[in-house]
Amino acid sequence: MNIMTEASVEQKLSSGTNEPSIKMKGEKVSVHYGEKRALFDVDLDVRENQVTALIGPSGCGKSTFLRCLNRMNDTIDIARVSGKITLDGEDVYDPKIDVVELRARVGMVFQKPNPFPKSIYENVAYGPRIHGLARSKAELDGIVESSLKKAGLFNEVKDRLLESGTGLSGGQQQRLCIARAIAVSPEVILMDEPCSALDPIATARVEELIDELRQNYTIVIVTHSMQQAARVSQRTAMFHLGYLVEEGATDKMFTNPDDKRTQDYITGRFG
Amino acid sequence: MTNAISSFGAVGRPVSIHTDDAAKVRLKGRYRTETWFKWLGAAAVALAGLFLVLLLSTIVTQAIPALRQNYLTLPIDLSAAKVDPAKLDAANYDAIAQEALTAKFPDVTSRQDKRLLRGLISTGTGVFLRKDIAADPGMLGGTVDYAVPLDDFADLYLKGLLADVGSDEAISTSVTPSETSGDIDLTFGDDAMLTLARGHGATEGENGMLTLTSGASSLLVAFNGGTVKLTALSPGASGTAVAKGTVIEALDSTAPAASGQAFLRVIDTPEASRKISDKMIVWLDTLKSAGLIESRFNSIFFFTGASREPELAGVWGAVVGSFLTMIVTLAIAFPIGVSAAIYLEEFAPKNRLTTIIEVNINNLAAVPSIVFGLLGLAVFLNFFGMPRSAPVVGGMVLALMTLPIIIIASRASLRAVPPSIREAALGIGASKVQTVFHHVLPLAMPGIMTGTILGMAHALGETAPLLMIGMVAFIVDIPGGFTDPATILPVQIFMWADFPEAGFQQKTSAAILILLVFLVIMNAIAVILRRRFERRW
Repeated sequence: MNIMTEASVEQKLSSGTNEPSIKMKGEKVSVHYGEKRALFDVDLDVRENQVTALIGPSGCGKSTFLRCLNRMNDTIDIARVSGKITLDGEDVYDPKIDVVELRARVGMVFQKPNPFPKSIYENVAYGPRIHGLARSKAELDGIVESSLKKAGLFNEVKDRLLESGTGLSGGQQQRLCIARAIAVSPEVILMDEPCSALDPIATARVEELIDELRQNYTIVIVTHSMQQAARVSQRTAMFHLGYLVEEGATDKMFTNPDDKRTQDYITGRFG
Repeated sequence: MTNAISSFGAVGRPVSIHTDDAAKVRLKGRYRTETWFKWLGAAAVALAGLFLVLLLSTIVTQAIPALRQNYLTLPIDLSAAKVDPAKLDAANYDAIAQEALTAKFPDVTSRQDKRLLRGLISTGTGVFLRKDIAADPGMLGGTVDYAVPLDDFADLYLKGLLADVGSDEAISTSVTPSETSGDIDLTFGDDAMLTLARGHGATEGENGMLTLTSGASSLLVAFNGGTVKLTALSPGASGTAVAKGTVIEALDSTAPAASGQAFLRVIDTPEASRKISDKMIVWLDTLKSAGLIESRFNSIFFFTGASREPELAGVWGAVVGSFLTMIVTLAIAFPIGVSAAIYLEEFAPKNRLTTIIEVNINNLAAVPSIVFGLLGLAVFLNFFGMPRSAPVVGGMVLALMTLPIIIIASRASLRAVPPSIREAALGIGASKVQTVFHHVLPLAMPGIMTGTILGMAHALGETAPLLMIGMVAFIVDIPGGFTDPATILPVQIFMWADFPEAGFQQKTSAAILILLVFLVIMNAIAVILRRRFERRW
């Protein structure tokens, strides 16, 4: 981890401008599911302390790309990833990389809230515990509390930390999942349509949360909602049929996209 | 269709394909099918319930008599002349108890009758007596009232299972005997007895002579303190009846018994078709009316091992054998089965080899259990030379048989755990093993438990494979360890069902009942365990 920070410092210095440094970098990323190719030579940078939104119609490969970033595709037997993805300059598909460590550094929040069927406390404490992040019970309590606070859930659940996490409402469950991801102190948080199962009020809360989290974490979010992408992200990448169509600052993407397909999709002409 | 009025906002009833007559018929048909199906389902459930009730009530009614055993209290002489306190093992306790019994019937003199009389008490009497004296030497030195278990036939007769016995009915005429013992003549005041004998299967002879053979009901006349068994009847002078009879219990005198003083007892089951003679019946009735026979909870049945004598046979040896066998089965099948299921479901690559393994596991579940018995015989006994009839081998064979069931059930419940849980754990950096053991396995545990309990219940009721490895042996001692020779409950039931003695019939049902109780207990444990696992989430 220490070696990594040196590399990132170097990277930050070399970029030199206001532009945040590149946290993760995808170069010619292709994914095959068996015979079927799902992603075609995608080059995409994820910048530090920014929210990068991946948009595009269903089946365009945006979730596939997201799952490459923390190697969740490893769990699918038939998936094969080629190309190069780096985290702070280090190839995450290098055999020397420990996938457990990678996932601790690149956390993930899923489409459907999936808290463990355990207590709220246990849900958040599980990650720090398996990674040995807390040396004492008090320290663990502190991590749980701060994670729940960062996820904006603490005030709602502080009196029932020992009740089951599955008893919360959908929006609360999703924030619990975010707290669970934060608790292991990741550098990057991947979010796969985190609001698709939530009502507008819960969605608004999660979006606010994403905006706050940007201060400390690098976030990549897949979304089907143009408005959401426009609201929460600084950079947007548009996927279509497995290709990266266009990538750029969100403001520009939503006002003056270069590619016609992007324009059509954003304005609702297809997708 | 073009003329059809939309049902929305129409004043009249619109003609549409959903409201016309044909539609109504279709709808009616759908409801009829539904009703039919509901009734069929209810009938199936009712039929299943009926069979269950029938099965249970049959077993329970058969088993209830086995839960009690009749004991005869005898004054047993344990004076120093009979039992030397220094040499307790030297005394013949059986003879002492038999003497006490024969002393109750001084007029039983013939060797044959004495043997019949001695047969009323269990052949295990001496063993019980010696044990009790060893436990309480204070019994020695005088005469003690000691309850001895009755022999199985005597016991069954008293439970009403060996013969149909009518109640005692007063004879409404005088009865005059010619002698007090031996073969005698009886003169009845009227000929009602003739009609009665005809009604009970007496054989007609010449001159209105009626013979009561051993194929007819037994007619016993009790009066003057004794009992006479009628053997033949003939009409006497002026409306009387004359009977020949055998005295079973000596009469006090030859004085005529007045009307209502003599009692007739009819034993409907002919002597030839029952296992107990008229003499034994009379003796037992005498002992019972003297208040010497008492029905007690049958502790022999519950707490002793097997025996060839029905009244001494107990189920405890088989229960302990079953218990030891199940421990071995569980200890082997559960960890191996669950580990195999976890590996196949969570870790194994999906290739041709694992597919072959999968198919074979599924096929193994359908292999007849006796094949596993043969395997145990060939491999465990012959090749590895393990002890015959031992719970450890039985447990291993049953474990082989239970493994596929546990593996299949465990895999199914592992597969039923939502993938989102695995993703959640992997997503925060849990390793594969941590994901499985911290999240997937606890969630799958209730299902695995159910599968395991079902497999164990299956194994508990299994007989065939254990016959092959010698657990069908007749073992009297209660097994003390995993390598002691033992038998198990279903095999014990099988053996008892095979024994010809009538006493084993009730024992068989009672043992079945115990087996069922064990299954219920196992299921209850499963439910409790499942509850506890569920509460932790």
